[in-house]
Amino acid sequence: MVKTKSAKIGDWVVVFICLILIFVCLLPVLTILARSLSSADALIKNEVLLWPKGLNFDAYTTVLGDSKYTWSLAWTAILTVICTIWSLFMTILCAYPLIYDNLKGKKFFVALILFTMYFNAGTIPMYLLLKELHLLNNPLVLIIPNCISVFYVIILRSFLYTIPESLRESAEIDGAGPLRVLFNVYLPLSTPVLATLALFYAVGRWNGFSDALMYMNDRKYYPIQLLLYNILNSINSIEVATQEGFSTPGLSETIKAATVMFATVPILFVYPWLQRYFISGVTLGAVKG
Amino acid sequence: MSTSAMNWNKTLSYLRRYWVLYAMLILPIAFFITFRYIPMHYIQIAFKEYSIVQSPWEMKWADNNGFEYFIQAFSNRDFIYALRNTLMLNFLDLIFGFPAPIILALILNELVFKRFKRFTQTVVYLPHFLSWVIISGMALQLLAPTNGLINILLNRMGFDSIPFLNDPVYWVGTYVVLGIWQSVGWNTIIYLAAITGINPELYEAASVDGAGRFRKIWHVTLPGLRPTIIVLLILSLGQILSSEFDRPYALSNKLVTDVSNVISIFVYNYGIRGLQFSLSTAVGLFQSVVCVIFLFAANALAKRFGERGIW
Repeated sequence: MVKTKSAKIGDWVVVFICLILIFVCLLPVLTILARSLSSADALIKNEVLLWPKGLNFDAYTTVLGDSKYTWSLAWTAILTVICTIWSLFMTILCAYPLIYDNLKGKKFFVALILFTMYFNAGTIPMYLLLKELHLLNNPLVLIIPNCISVFYVIILRSFLYTIPESLRESAEIDGAGPLRVLFNVYLPLSTPVLATLALFYAVGRWNGFSDALMYMNDRKYYPIQLLLYNILNSINSIEVATQEGFSTPGLSETIKAATVMFATVPILFVYPWLQRYFISGVTLGAVKG
Repeated sequence: MSTSAMNWNKTLSYLRRYWVLYAMLILPIAFFITFRYIPMHYIQIAFKEYSIVQSPWEMKWADNNGFEYFIQAFSNRDFIYALRNTLMLNFLDLIFGFPAPIILALILNELVFKRFKRFTQTVVYLPHFLSWVIISGMALQLLAPTNGLINILLNRMGFDSIPFLNDPVYWVGTYVVLGIWQSVGWNTIIYLAAITGINPELYEAASVDGAGRFRKIWHVTLPGLRPTIIVLLILSLGQILSSEFDRPYALSNKLVTDVSNVISIFVYNYGIRGLQFSLSTAVGLFQSVVCVIFLFAANALAKRFGERGIW
């Protein structure tokens, strides 16, 4: 189809609008990056805009030299890996049996699981239960109580449903049991959706802080986001220096910017790799949900 | 006799074949029962006098036929504020945040350069993956009164600083805008998927009839998106009294608590920090029940207007 001149101009107007949107999306990240790389002096004089002034890496070395911060980064990384593996394992265990239409009691199990999406007991009952189970202040509290997301179970199950049943039946005729079918047929075909869910679980854990805020008192097990929250929100920087590390009093804006960058960078690195997978995964859950 | 024996044999062979599936379900079901159903028995304490040494079944009923703590909640100024703030922030999110991804999806759909479209999508999805603590850190660097980037620029152009984060009214605006910034790209995914499902012949027919870009959007794309929009609108309406925790907690500061304290934060402050378990459980229960009612009501409403609804 031949495009008219005005339609072509319209195409470029759309491109221009998108360029502005891209800039707006990246603006906060660019600001933080520029500030973390600038000298504290230039920042105080309000000279830094989107390009670092007095380029140096002092803020980063200061943050990396702080044992509490680096420990928290390492601990959150470990926690994220454990959580992701455990959550994925549990999600597969939960979703796979429920695609067998002749499984007796299937309706009951599905109802049991779906009900929790619409009604949950609430913050305090959960808190009291964890207290009863002696999970408060236990690092396990950051892994177990929210390890399965019903929504992700639905996404995985919808995806498994799209795999033709004939594949399963032919494997069953060859004498394969449900476990073999899972490992030889379903899992190899579901890598895109599994990668998507792994990304969601991992990002959720990396970004989460409310569970630690509510259930943990032991600062040693604070995930990075909670530590970052405390760093950013303590108005008295001496207080930060003594409580959260950073022996130099007067936490400068550059260091604050660098701490934010450190918490962001892992996501910026993982995200583009998994990006191509997740769109198919998300829409699947949405359409069939 | 023989039929029951046959049934028994059938059951046995069924179990021999599928017991693995039940075994697989043990852990997830145990998870749901332990961490989603067992906590429900603590809901009783909303109607009872909490005691640390008794189980919820043994605790004494609260005054006023057990509704003492609901009465207390509604005569508590903090709760009334939390209720108002929750409704206000969710309502503003609905008005400004709901149409935003639809508009963005329409814009993205008009992009004819495929690679540039992919790149744009990648960039606009990114904020969804940042935590609210990170976003609040970024907001400080961008919007702080003296040294935030935006205010530096305003000052250089001769304007006064704007208290984006410290003034309650501006804070509400910042909260809504940051919410859109974080979620708008991600929420386009579902609309873009729905757009790909629209029959291309409709566009061709519209072109033949001489429809331009905007007419095609209005007469083809938007009607094609209608079912998706309705379903998502129902879900958002159902969420009008729900409250996130991370977003208001991370963005809030001492100067704006009058508008930033929502129900989830009230429950945290009164329950976990203040140890008033009965009162905060009552508030949480009130919220959950109203949410379920709203969801059903919104769904019924959509069905009345001839839409599919979510069930």
